[in-house]
Amino acid sequence: MNSLIFKTATRYLVPVLLVFAIHLLLRGHNAPGGGFAGGLVAAGGYTLYALAFGVTAGRRTLRVSPECLAGGGLLLAVISAFASLFAGKAFMTALWFKIPMPGPGYLKLGTPFFFDLGVFAVVAGVVLLFVFSLMEVKE
Amino acid sequence: MSLLVDTCANLSLGLITLGIVLSTYRLIRGPDMPDRAVALDLIGILCVGFMAVYTIAKNDAAYLPAGMAVALMAFLGTVAFAQYLRHGGDR
Repeated sequence: MNSLIFKTATRYLVPVLLVFAIHLLLRGHNAPGGGFAGGLVAAGGYTLYALAFGVTAGRRTLRVSPECLAGGGLLLAVISAFASLFAGKAFMTALWFKIPMPGPGYLKLGTPFFFDLGVFAVVAGVVLLFVFSLMEVKE
Repeated sequence: MSLLVDTCANLSLGLITLGIVLSTYRLIRGPDMPDRAVALDLIGILCVGFMAVYTIAKNDAAYLPAGMAVALMAFLGTVAFAQYLRHGGDR
């Protein structure tokens, strides 16, 4: 779409959408949100970019192909689900690590986060696969 | 919560609901496809407004992130609709 206003607005909106997607992903542990909603919003950001600058520009900005994103996310989710099996606990049990951070605090990171990250990548990848394929059919 | 703010918020909720009903009528009736696109965008914006006023009326910020998501996605939907119509969509 060849509109200067739309292209300029997209330049400012896409970063907001991507940051909001990460915000949704991170707050999903304690509040509404999570990997699925975050992945949808992230896919929305890249869809907007592809609408403004064309599908090839959208694919170039994504760097990896949507197929790779979806497959990698699924792999990450499966690995995070199997991690507890190697620690001698039941399948999909949450494991938590405390990573010391500079200052008095520490980062509490666990396998549920990596599972959510995998869901995020799968949802974003699959939605972008749909969108990019459909936009290419039209062109 | 003062009486003035409470009354205004409740009145706004009613008026926004009326607006959503009217734009839904335009969405169903709309003689042309662009009319429907504009009505759909208007419904999205009114939903965001409803969530914002609800936050004030109930003093509960649970709906604010949802409102932000709807605002961003409604814009995306309108743009996609516009492009579809430009490429000679089904009228």
